Amino acid sequence: MKNIMKLGVPALAALAIAEPAFAQEAAADAVSGGTAYIFNTLLFLIGGFLVMFMAAGFAMLEAGLVRSKNVSMQCLKNIALYSIAGIMFWVTGYSLMYVDVSGFIGTFGPYSMQEVGGADLETGYSTASDWFFQMVFCAATASIVSGTVAERVKLWPFLIFTAVLTGIFYPITGSWQWGGGWLSEMGFSDFAGSTIVHSVGGWAALAGALIIGPRLGRYADGKVNVFPGSNIPLATLGTFILWLGWFGFNGASQLAMGTVGDVSDVSKIFVNTNMAAAGGVVAVVILTQLLYKKIDVTMALNGALAGLVSITAEPLAPSVGLSIVIGAIGGAIVVFAVPLLDKLKIDDVVGAIPVHLLAGIWGTFIVPLSNDGASYGTQLIGIAAYGVFTFVAAGIVWFILKMVMGLRPSEEDEMSGLDKAEVGVEAYPEFVNG
Amino acid sequence: MKFIIAIIKPFKLDEVREALSGLGVAGMTVSEVKGFGRQKGQTEIYRGAEYSVNMLPKVKLEIAVSDELMPKVVESIQQTASTESIGDGKIFVLDLASTTRIRTGETDETAL
Repeated sequence: MKNIMKLGVPALAALAIAEPAFAQEAAADAVSGGTAYIFNTLLFLIGGFLVMFMAAGFAMLEAGLVRSKNVSMQCLKNIALYSIAGIMFWVTGYSLMYVDVSGFIGTFGPYSMQEVGGADLETGYSTASDWFFQMVFCAATASIVSGTVAERVKLWPFLIFTAVLTGIFYPITGSWQWGGGWLSEMGFSDFAGSTIVHSVGGWAALAGALIIGPRLGRYADGKVNVFPGSNIPLATLGTFILWLGWFGFNGASQLAMGTVGDVSDVSKIFVNTNMAAAGGVVAVVILTQLLYKKIDVTMALNGALAGLVSITAEPLAPSVGLSIVIGAIGGAIVVFAVPLLDKLKIDDVVGAIPVHLLAGIWGTFIVPLSNDGASYGTQLIGIAAYGVFTFVAAGIVWFILKMVMGLRPSEEDEMSGLDKAEVGVEAYPEFVNG
Repeated sequence: MKFIIAIIKPFKLDEVREALSGLGVAGMTVSEVKGFGRQKGQTEIYRGAEYSVNMLPKVKLEIAVSDELMPKVVESIQQTASTESIGDGKIFVLDLASTTRIRTGETDETAL
């Protein structure tokens, strides 16, 4: 998803090396500048609203995996974080990430769109469509955090953290790669954001989980107390919505649709993206059957998402078979990391740390296997750079919020549920709270 | 008059209801309840962690019947609700002091 225009020429040059005959045909079929502008913009808009809807996917997944006494709160957090992410990405985010990037950071200030009816043909796409597309990625990062720290963090400190993450941290680290900064110059490769979006969200979530601490009673008397999710159908719907949105996330990260080569690549990305998710689910279904004698449905849902995150760093180059394997290993990571986090007493309500952080690292690391342009060393440098910056910066903000206003509700409020304590409306008022 | 409270396995409800209708039982109140008896709970697994569910879901029937009908009703519930395995539930019978039909004000046996 590099913010670099990909009109016909470079893509065709690449094609010419691989398949000379096809390239000539493709050259003839490349559309002219104005039409390419329209197709590129359409790709951003369609991909953008698909990724926007992932906010609904996260909301439903989380609403299904928290206990019924915290469902209203989780819904409120999700719609609020999506909105704050959008505002912050306009206030500072886009410019920090993409405008005059020095190598480590862009510039401060709101981003101005084209005037009404205006079009800058040199960019190859409407700048507003690009802004919208980048904004929804930023919002996805914030959604990741809310799932991990669910059920035990007050609304306002969470929203303040969201504002800082989406307005400052995510854009700064994003500029390193997608803004053309130092990692992109070094040759780091992260096509649609296994690291830049998913691991960043995962690191911020991990820092939050450590500083906020586990839910009351979750790890008591040396054992793990289970708080089953309140609505498996909602969690399943949320997962399917995320899966659908991922076609926009990965597919539109091709960033160009003005040549037949680009459109074919977008299509191949759709296939690989789907197959990686499928591989993730099947791996979890088989592994949980073998390990626990029962198939864990919520981990199967996580498996789909882990497969998707794993393929996000390179959804174009791998074969279909390799995509399935990459996704399946992502799923396996979930099965082994979820109990491991419990052993470490890191309470991750929805499994966002295995899914987004660990599968994101895996997907980013394995890019060189299918993409000759990447190297394992540079991938590791990128993974570490994003990890250190985000984990430390997020940790500092969580810590300051803890000192200044407190992160957790009172024990009594947490026990009776945040729906009652903070929202005042219960999601399921006709049911006894569990 | 007797008041019968029966705790049965949820999937047995339709069968019991049909059997009791056949005996002439004119009405019953049904609730979803949770509890435990000799069956205790069962161990389940969620996201790799085992936990015990010590309250199991059951269905509770409340039926008011005449003294004559009571033994047949109890026998019928016992037979239709039984799976001959642990956790089939229990039947309690209480004396019923009075019954009033709200619509008409009829009382006792005529209100059943």
